[in-house]
Amino acid sequence: MLNTNPNIADPDGFYAALIAAHDGLSEEQSAALNARLILILANHVGDPEVLRAALAAARPAN
Amino acid sequence: MTHKPMQDRYNLAFKLYPYTRSPDQDAVDPVRRPVVVMGGGPIGVATALDLGLQGIPVVVLDDHEGIGQGSRAICFAKRCLEIADRYGAAAPMLDKGVVWNLGKVFHEDRKVFEFNLLPEAGHKFPAFINLQQPYFEKFLIDRVRQAQAEGAPIEIRGRNAVFGVDVAEDHVTLQIDTPEGAYVLEADWLIGCDGASSPLRKMMGLDFEGRVFQDSFLIADITMQAAFPTERWFWFEPSHKAGASTLLHKQPDGVWRVDFQIGWDVNRAEELKEENVRRRLTAMLGPDVEYDIVWTSIYTFQCRRMKKFRHGRVIFAGDAAHQVSPFGARGANSGMQDVDNLGWKLGMVLRGQAPEGLLDSYDAERRHGADENILNSTRSTDFITPKSKISHIFRNAVLDLAERYPFARPLVNSGRLSVPCTYDGSALNTPDALPGGPARTRPGSPCPDAPLGDGFLLNRLGGGFTLLALNAETPGIPADDGVAANILALTGADDPTGALAARYLGEAPAAIYLIRPDQHVAGRWASFDETAVRAALRRACGKE
Repeated sequence: MLNTNPNIADPDGFYAALIAAHDGLSEEQSAALNARLILILANHVGDPEVLRAALAAARPAN
Repeated sequence: MTHKPMQDRYNLAFKLYPYTRSPDQDAVDPVRRPVVVMGGGPIGVATALDLGLQGIPVVVLDDHEGIGQGSRAICFAKRCLEIADRYGAAAPMLDKGVVWNLGKVFHEDRKVFEFNLLPEAGHKFPAFINLQQPYFEKFLIDRVRQAQAEGAPIEIRGRNAVFGVDVAEDHVTLQIDTPEGAYVLEADWLIGCDGASSPLRKMMGLDFEGRVFQDSFLIADITMQAAFPTERWFWFEPSHKAGASTLLHKQPDGVWRVDFQIGWDVNRAEELKEENVRRRLTAMLGPDVEYDIVWTSIYTFQCRRMKKFRHGRVIFAGDAAHQVSPFGARGANSGMQDVDNLGWKLGMVLRGQAPEGLLDSYDAERRHGADENILNSTRSTDFITPKSKISHIFRNAVLDLAERYPFARPLVNSGRLSVPCTYDGSALNTPDALPGGPARTRPGSPCPDAPLGDGFLLNRLGGGFTLLALNAETPGIPADDGVAANILALTGADDPTGALAARYLGEAPAAIYLIRPDQHVAGRWASFDETAVRAALRRACGKE
């Protein structure tokens, strides 16, 4: 099951590292970094049901 | 003697220390004072209180005759109030202040989520109060007056503007301008509490580097008859467009703080015109809400600190030493922690009870605190005002997800509110020797409060060293160079709520704590060991 409850120990530290990973990148390079990151994390998750739920959760609300 | 009249840089809210001639101005040779504090703001006055209550003569020099107008700092945190309480100044602050716990976060007018500070029970003080800075300062000065009447050797000299310093190895010479001409004063120690634009720092040619944030914020304090609750409301990208972000916060006297993020390239004079301020306020509040404007200001900010806070006989504290963004209320609150840290150390050095090197621990511990505050306030600022398109996309993705999913809510950062720092790794700490002891009270930690049967723990700690014995026996330790540790022995009978045991014992059945005069833990043990405690006391005094 997709965990939508807080699960990151240091949210501010993670967020700062995420934004810092984009430092100095063009918009296109940033989009590519995001794509790679999603694929890496998706592989780590593995479970197809969880991935389906995550894709649905990320869709725009309306 | 002809003399150029001194110009005020700001209007006063309270004229509390009008200029009077000091005998020092008529001395043939410059008079030497043990401690001179430059700057009569909250940090300078608190420094004077700390030292004066220890019986150390202290002179505060301020270039004005009282407290400046404008609410400025409005959010005072628990630790700051606990420190003020140690000085006997907190009761009127708490009486006057507005207590709040609920915060709401909006994005494009939709409520994303709300949070409750959920203050832990069993503390004398709330997590925060909102109080206009002039009141905070006035209550400190009221306490100075009371302490003076009780014999505390504190002097505040209004209209005394320092325009020259000469720093020698064992003293500082000050040139001071007054309405009646200049005079020279010497100080064994000079404490620089003269604010973010510190003239002292400039006179000494010292660095103050950091990061500039390219954004301006318009503050409007207003009174209105509107049914807003006593909560902190924060809007990201509100549809009224009066600000890229907007904060609404309640203050005493029916005053509301409104803070608009208005961009970098702004014409200050134009933006501060009443009609333009009103345009923003009316867009935000709607056409039907009537309000009066009490005070307006535009600020920009930097996150920066001095490389070192101690320069021989000159020590910097508060905004003069470090500056943060206002998000998180870490300015005045951290300055009070500087005072708390410095006061007892300087007192011991002046009494010959500790080596001068103890003051280097002030430098190390408070730089650590400043770095933590700068890190937190920089992160908040980066979230509130994203610096790149991708950062903006992520920020809005977090806000979007936070509406629906709890996981994203801890990522929303509209200001991480000030908490005191733990001096992990400080040279004054003795390694933890309490197996099973709670992490929150490890050596270096600020002591959390706890209710005792007839009051609160923190009122029994501080000022001097305390040997806190919990379910344990201690005969105490002999004084070291005149430094004693008062014994406070408590058991379950003193702990009606169990909070004391939860905060100080954890899994341990008993404990001995050595607590510093600023209510930070110096060391802790499972049982009394005279050799260990004596060594810890010497270490906490900078003697090991």
